[in-house]
Amino acid sequence: MSSHYLSIENVEKTFEKGSVRSHVLSNINLHIDQGEYISIIGHSGCGKSTVLNIVAGLIEQSSGVVILDRKEVNAPGPDRALVFQNHSLLPWLTVYENVALAVNKVAGRSKTSVERHEWVLYNLELVNMLHALHKRPSEISGGMKQRVGIARALAMQPKVLLLDEPFGALDALTRAHLQDEVMRIHSNLKNTVMMITHDVDEAVLLSDRIVMMTNGPSASIGEILSIDLPRPRDRIALADSPRYNHYRQEVLRFLYEKQRKLEHISPKHPPSQARSAQSLPGGGSGSSPSDAAAGVPVLQKVSGAS
Amino acid sequence: MKTLSTTATENVSALNHVSMNRGRSIWPRIRTYLLQNFLPPLVILCLLLGVWELLCSGTGATLPPPSQVISETWELILDPFYDNGGNDVGMGWQILASLERVAVGYSFAVIVGVALGVLVGQSTWAMRGLDPVFQVLRTVPPLAWLPISLAGFQDSNPSAIFVIFITAIWPIIINTSVGIRNIPEDYRNVARVLRLNGLEYFYKIMLPAAAPYIFSGLRIGVGLSWLAIVAAEMLIGGVGIGFFIWDAWNASLISDIILALVYVGLVGFFLDRLVAMLGNIVTRGTSAS
Repeated sequence: MSSHYLSIENVEKTFEKGSVRSHVLSNINLHIDQGEYISIIGHSGCGKSTVLNIVAGLIEQSSGVVILDRKEVNAPGPDRALVFQNHSLLPWLTVYENVALAVNKVAGRSKTSVERHEWVLYNLELVNMLHALHKRPSEISGGMKQRVGIARALAMQPKVLLLDEPFGALDALTRAHLQDEVMRIHSNLKNTVMMITHDVDEAVLLSDRIVMMTNGPSASIGEILSIDLPRPRDRIALADSPRYNHYRQEVLRFLYEKQRKLEHISPKHPPSQARSAQSLPGGGSGSSPSDAAAGVPVLQKVSGAS
Repeated sequence: MKTLSTTATENVSALNHVSMNRGRSIWPRIRTYLLQNFLPPLVILCLLLGVWELLCSGTGATLPPPSQVISETWELILDPFYDNGGNDVGMGWQILASLERVAVGYSFAVIVGVALGVLVGQSTWAMRGLDPVFQVLRTVPPLAWLPISLAGFQDSNPSAIFVIFITAIWPIIINTSVGIRNIPEDYRNVARVLRLNGLEYFYKIMLPAAAPYIFSGLRIGVGLSWLAIVAAEMLIGGVGIGFFIWDAWNASLISDIILALVYVGLVGFFLDRLVAMLGNIVTRGTSAS
C-alpha cells in the first residue's frame, strides 16, 4: 500500500447474467492524492461509470480493493458523496429539505440543530442557491437542480467527491457556468474529486490529471495525462493557450485515433429484404442498410459532446 | 386573501402581481368561475329532470316523476336526523351508519393493504408467492364474501365491515406494490449513500416516492367500498342506507328509493373527492421530477 489518499488496486469487474459473462473492467490501478481533481474519460460503454460506482460502493468489484484514507471501501457511505447525472433530488422535498436530509443524517450527532441549519445554508450559498430554499426541484431549472445536488454532496463533507457526468444533461452555457463554479469551490475547499465525463474541454479545464480508458469489453486505463496548467484557470484565456490546446489534442488523439470506436453490426443475422426496412439491430445513424446487409463492420465516430 | 393582515408595502407588491384585476373587485372573477363551472351541469340537470317529468307523468307510468318524488319525500328531506327508534331514523342517520361501517372496514384495508403492498413491492419472493393469490381473490365479487363472513363472525355488523375490507384492499395492495417497485434506482442510491436505515428509508423515501400510486389505489378502494356497502347492507339489515333502500322497496315507497339513490351518489362523489384531495395535498410535487 502507499501514502495515496485514494487507491484503486487491481480492480476487476465481471457482470454475470445467466450464463452470459461480460468482463467489463480489467486491472484498474489508480492512485489519487488528497485535493486532486481527476477526470475519467472514455467512450460510452467503456465502464467508466462502473469504476465510479465501485469507488462509491454502489457496485461490488469482482476482485481488487479500493482504499480511501487507509480504509477499505466495501459499502456506500457519505464519505464518498455522489453527484448523479440526473441530479436525483427527491422531488417531494424542497431545496433546503433535500440538503437538510443529508446533513441531518450525516451530522445528526456531531452538530446541534442550529449548526446543522447553518451548515445547510452555508453549502447552498457555496452554489449560489440561497434564493430558492423553499422551491421544489420541479420549480427550478436543470442547472439549479445540479447545483443543489452538488450542495447536498458537499454538505456530507466527503473525503472524495464523486461526480458522474454532472453537467452532461445541461446546455452548453449553463455547463460552462457550473464548471466555473466547481473550479471555484474546488480551489476554496481543496476537495478530492473524481469526475466522469465525456467532454474533452471539461476534462482539460477542470482536472489535474485525466484518466483515459480504453474501450470495453475488458476496459482498462489506457493513458493518464497530467494537466500542468496554473490555477485559477480561465476558459477564455486558455482558449488561446498552446499548452491547453496541446492537452486537448492529446485527449482527442487518444479517443479518436488510438481508441477509435468500432461498432460491429453482427454478420450472423443478415437482415432479409423485408426486415431491412425496419430499424437495424445496433444500426446507428451513420450505418446504411447495404453496409449492414453485407456484414461489413461499420466504423463510426462517436461524438465527444453528445 | 392572505394579504389582509400584512403590511402596506406587501399589499402593494401583492396587488402588482394581480395585474389582471388591478384596482377592481374580485366579483367578476367569481362570477365567471361560477358561470363556467356550475352553469353547464345545472342546465343538463334541469334538462334531465324535464325529460324524466315528461316521461313519467303520463297515466300508466311505473315510476314517479321528480315532482312527485319531492312531494312524497319532503318530510325526509326536511328532517334528516329524526329518530323514532329501531330502523325508523332519518336519512342522515342511515348514511352515517353506512359511513361508519365504511370508515372501519376501509381503515383496516388501508393499513393492511399498504403493509402487504410494501411487502410484495419489496420482496421478489413475496411477490411470486402472493401475487397469483391476490389476482384470483380480487376477482371475487364483494357480495360473494358475505355468506362466508357471516359464517365466520356469526354477526351481521362485523360481516359487513369485512366485506368492505376485502373489497377495498386489492387495489390498495396492487397499486402500493407497483409504486414501491417503481421507485427510481437513484432514490435508492441516495438512501444507500446516506446510509439511511430501514425505518428512515421507509418514511423518507419509500412512502413519499410511492405516494401517487398508493393514493390512486386508495381512491379506487374508497369507491369500491361505497359500492359494496349498499349491497351488503341490503342483505344484513339494520340501520344503513342499503337496508333503507331494501326496506323502501318492500314498502313500495319508490320515491324514498329515488331519494336514497341521490344521497348515495352524492356521498360516493364526496368520498372520492375527499381521497383525491388528500392525495393531492400529500403527493404535492412528487409526481413531477
